[in-house]
Amino acid sequence: MIILLMILIFFGIGCYLNNKRKKTNIVLENIQQVAQNDEKALINDENLEDEEEATYKELTPMQMVIKRFFRSKLSLIGLIMLIVLFAFSFLGPLILHGFGYKWGETETDETRTIVEIVEERTFVDSDGNEVTTYQIIEQEKYINDKAAPSKSHFLGTDEKGMDVFIRLMYGGRISLTLGFVVIILETFLGVVLGGIAGYFGKWVDQVIMRIVDIFNCIPTLPILLIASAVLDSWDIDLKYRIYYLMIILTIFGWAGTARLVRGQILYLREQEYIIATEVMGLPVWRRIFKHLIPNIMPQLIVSMTLGLGSIILYEATLSYLNLGIPLPYAAWGTMISSANDQTILLNYPNLWIPAGLLIIFAVLGFNFVGDGLRDAMDPKMKR
Amino acid sequence: MFKYILKRIGLSIIILFGVSVIIYFLVRLMPTDYLTTKFSSQLQQGTIKQEDIDRIKELYGLADNSFKGILTGYFNWAGNLLRGELGDSFIYEKPVAQVIVENMGISFIIAFIAMIFQFAISIPLGISSATHQYSFRDYTVTVLAMVGISLPSFFFAALLIRVFAAELGWFPVSGLVSAQEVYTNSFSDRIRYLLDMGHHLVLPMIVLVVLSIGSLMRYTRTNTLEVLNADYIRTARAKGLSEKKVIYVHAFRNTMIPLVTLLAGILPSLFGGAMITEEVFAIDGIGRLAYKALQAGDIPFVMGYNMFLAVLTVIGTLFSDLMYAVVDPRVKLGK
Repeated sequence: MIILLMILIFFGIGCYLNNKRKKTNIVLENIQQVAQNDEKALINDENLEDEEEATYKELTPMQMVIKRFFRSKLSLIGLIMLIVLFAFSFLGPLILHGFGYKWGETETDETRTIVEIVEERTFVDSDGNEVTTYQIIEQEKYINDKAAPSKSHFLGTDEKGMDVFIRLMYGGRISLTLGFVVIILETFLGVVLGGIAGYFGKWVDQVIMRIVDIFNCIPTLPILLIASAVLDSWDIDLKYRIYYLMIILTIFGWAGTARLVRGQILYLREQEYIIATEVMGLPVWRRIFKHLIPNIMPQLIVSMTLGLGSIILYEATLSYLNLGIPLPYAAWGTMISSANDQTILLNYPNLWIPAGLLIIFAVLGFNFVGDGLRDAMDPKMKR
Repeated sequence: MFKYILKRIGLSIIILFGVSVIIYFLVRLMPTDYLTTKFSSQLQQGTIKQEDIDRIKELYGLADNSFKGILTGYFNWAGNLLRGELGDSFIYEKPVAQVIVENMGISFIIAFIAMIFQFAISIPLGISSATHQYSFRDYTVTVLAMVGISLPSFFFAALLIRVFAAELGWFPVSGLVSAQEVYTNSFSDRIRYLLDMGHHLVLPMIVLVVLSIGSLMRYTRTNTLEVLNADYIRTARAKGLSEKKVIYVHAFRNTMIPLVTLLAGILPSLFGGAMITEEVFAIDGIGRLAYKALQAGDIPFVMGYNMFLAVLTVIGTLFSDLMYAVVDPRVKLGK
């Protein structure tokens, strides 16, 4: 599903840029070379066509954005981070299972182990000698919980005997999928409502923008906590809870996008080429979807990438407070919440630190890429 | 200007009305019912009957959970609000406004000191990374700022507790003051008390500062870059002014203009407390109280707290728009 979504997004970018290419003229990459070319052209008029082919490169806006994007090291690092993360969570379990790593997402390790508890007692006997006795109690454990990292459990097992490494991968699937779905829903709602508000103006604008204001004023974290608590009372199958979570995050997250879209459309409406479409008598839908929306795509794509990071953070926070993805399903936030237990906090860093690092890794990746895209798509940037 | 403010205030009231409706309905739908939880053990022991609980629920106005019941509940609440009452908190058994005022102090102190550090660190960093654009320094600062933005607060807090409190023992793990210390009312004890409190607050403040530095620093950097490209900066350089003077006198003041818009976000975070951070460090600030109230289904307090935050956001937004017009004469209000 996620791959499908990615393809959709890139298709969207592609469409936008193709569209733009028709409008903008050929971009000359190297003015100096063009000048040289002109000199040569004066000398040899007949070879003009061939010379042009050879001496300068024609760049489409898409190519330019890609070139600028990869020029920044940070965005490249971010992209690599994200690719690694996607491979880790979506291909990781398949590969590991192929190599005989047998644990599943919610599978407990039920190998019986014998634990030796050693009690040490020191006392001074009647002769004044110090005597130490050791009492060894053997205890059979039915669940192999809190196991140390080993070959059979790369990062050990958690307090319920489930494999931490595999759960990290499945947790990643949930976080990334949820992030993508929510951001797409949010953008869709934001574009539709913001677009309507910006395009039609007047009372439509007033009504929609007041709704946006209301959603902007609602304190995000408390309302997410309340809404997730409401979910508890609905007796939803644990499996489907994530979908409801997506809906909640969307409902309380679209307002920002709507405001962005509306502002952009208000600005674009005054531009000559939009007025021209009106003069040409193009139908409304064509003006909106062919001429307005493609022109706000750059800002939208940037805000989507940056928004992905914050959605992942919100999901992690909810899971941390046990209001997000329910157990036994894996989520990075839930894994960190095990650190609320003092013994785990101190003695079992393998249970919670990797999950935290992965959250940082994911959010950082999206932030780097978003930042790089913003710089790359900004026409004012000359670098 | 005056007319503009009046209009904005009128709109704010509509917005707050909408906010309160949404929050109230969601809160009433929450599964944790305060009274059911409170009397559950007594009900099992048989010291109280189900009918009694129902009667008490009636008194609290929580009995009818249908749409109509919630609607009347809302109008009761809103009516009280118009009379200037937020109602009594269930779990703290005091008027909501009093609980908020009493516990706001500590949250405010933490947030305020953290904010001073935040500004003191991120603005110079932002400016220097803009003046040295694409240098090693710029990249380092940018990466650090981004890491700060990407940190989940609870994870960072747990990490700090593990390293600095549990392992190194430099700071206490949680709480506001050491439990075993006894403080009298004398002057020296007051000083000791304050120092102890400061000692406890170091880690929470680090969390708040590190998490918030990033966005402000990025903001300053972008603004500075924009200003440095302006014509009057070229003029200043052409006059032969020193680079220091160009940046800190001519550019600096103009980079501050867009920062005024940040006021909108600062106000709620100053007074509203940091829910997660306070919860992890067990500091009884307003954020932690609100979290507890949420878990217990304390409807009046949750409503009061959320409306308090919403009002702060509305005021902050209005204030930042007004300030923008004051700071930047090019901006005209009331289009």
